[in-house]
Amino acid sequence: MNSASTKAPAINTHGIWAIYRFEMARALRTLWQSLVTPVITTSLYFVVFGGALGSQIKQVDGVPYGAFIVPGLIMLSLLTQSISNASIGIYFPKFTGTMFELLSAPVAPMELVVGFVGAAATKSIVLGLIILGTASLFVPLHIVHPFAMLTFLLLTSVTFSLFGFIIGVWAKGFEQLNFVPALLVTPLTFLGGSFYPISVLPEPWHTISLFNPVVYLISGFRWAFFGRGDVPVAISLGVTALFLVACLGVISWIFRTGWRLKN
Amino acid sequence: MDTILSVAGVSKTYASGQRALHPVDLDIRRGEIFALLGPNGAGKTTLISIICGIVTPSTGTITVMGHDALTDFKSARRVIGLVPQELSVDMFETVLATVKFSRRLFGRSAHDAHIEQVLRDLSLWDKRHAKIMELSGGMKRRVLIAKALSHEPDILFLDEPTAGVDVALRRDMWKLVHRLRANGTTIILTTHYIEEAEEMADRVGVIDKGKLILVEDKAALMKKLGKRQMRITLSDPIAAVPPELADWDVKLKEGQLVYSFNAEDEHIPELLAKLGALGVGYKDLETSKSSLEDIFVGLVERDAAA
Repeated sequence: MNSASTKAPAINTHGIWAIYRFEMARALRTLWQSLVTPVITTSLYFVVFGGALGSQIKQVDGVPYGAFIVPGLIMLSLLTQSISNASIGIYFPKFTGTMFELLSAPVAPMELVVGFVGAAATKSIVLGLIILGTASLFVPLHIVHPFAMLTFLLLTSVTFSLFGFIIGVWAKGFEQLNFVPALLVTPLTFLGGSFYPISVLPEPWHTISLFNPVVYLISGFRWAFFGRGDVPVAISLGVTALFLVACLGVISWIFRTGWRLKN
Repeated sequence: MDTILSVAGVSKTYASGQRALHPVDLDIRRGEIFALLGPNGAGKTTLISIICGIVTPSTGTITVMGHDALTDFKSARRVIGLVPQELSVDMFETVLATVKFSRRLFGRSAHDAHIEQVLRDLSLWDKRHAKIMELSGGMKRRVLIAKALSHEPDILFLDEPTAGVDVALRRDMWKLVHRLRANGTTIILTTHYIEEAEEMADRVGVIDKGKLILVEDKAALMKKLGKRQMRITLSDPIAAVPPELADWDVKLKEGQLVYSFNAEDEHIPELLAKLGALGVGYKDLETSKSSLEDIFVGLVERDAAA
């Protein structure tokens, strides 16, 4: 009798799909905090910055202030939500112990990443589009480069979901999960030109801002909306792609060494 | 002999320098029930975790149905089901959803009839729409078994399946194991109860302090492990064992007569009748089994002497 079994297919599509659907189902269970909360927060920003302040500022860079802050606000939500979705997604199995099943399953590391990060990025993109829709209720919006806008939306969501995945693997507790979004990403976004063009900053703050990677994300995104940004769009694209590659590098190192996932 | 799983020279030393497993060689036969017996912390779970891909071995190779478990892990893992010792489940999921998830995760397309059969076999069908957090500990363990069986594995690992489980579930578990074996599933279970190994296994491996001390057919091992003793406290001290007791393995120790025997070959009534006939009075009788620890010490010593 021959005891050999058939060889597994090269890609475990059922497995990837199972993880993706599991993660999407988790978002539906927590629909309130996944979608409704960011929408309310964004609406508040429009009332405060767009309505109250905007009536004083009028135009920035040739764009009405209410419209000017839309790309930055979407970015703020994209970055924080991508990170928190992906980090909780991979942290939770570590926390509950169900990680054993993912590790013992015939799922390759990169398939695991595609499932988790794909779901987190999907949620971010949906969220970004919802915020965009909400914004259009408050301010008239005309998107100059819609295709580029979608490309930045996709690229940013994937990149920061990868970053979130790394944080989820790294975190040893819930407070560490919140640490990076709260202490790093939110400040960098606020200082990254969400509410103002960095050209209005005096030196040395203008130069210092150029070391903030979020500046390039927001600038590129704003270019897609209005046809101009703080830095050339090619540089924005390059910095985003660089961060994407860096995250992929860290993740492949994590799986090669089993760091914080297995002994 | 048809080997379904082969472990060769597998060892584990943690980064801290702690040696969890000395090199292990083990062949599991297709269709058998193999019990890995050993005290807590002996390395049972470490060995299972290495085979299932949860822990990376420091040395050695594992072959599962002809596939290398490290280089061709997808082919190896899809034929394995694992029921862990810890009750690690997704609290917010329903029973049905989590079992279907496991099947897909292991690369299999949906098969509702099979899932239903598994849930019915485990008395979970009525609970299929219940959230897992609403279930009792015993029910959660059944869910873990259902998840492990969802993808129709050829090899099933049960890590301490009856630890902290009530009598009814334990009996159900034993029945399930026998039913699975009848269907051709190979089963490897760990336990620290000799009775459990005795009830379920065809072969038994004894592991202690990270070393696989021996692997033997259950019947042969149970004979060895079945050593028992009866201590007879005498009313009046005697100087020597009466020669009439030569048919029994009786020694005189500290004023007590100590009778050693195998569980399957005891002659206590005859011995007591003989003592009565000889006029040797006794005031107390005490029988004892050797504890698992005694047995391990015995095996290790025998191993060292060999």
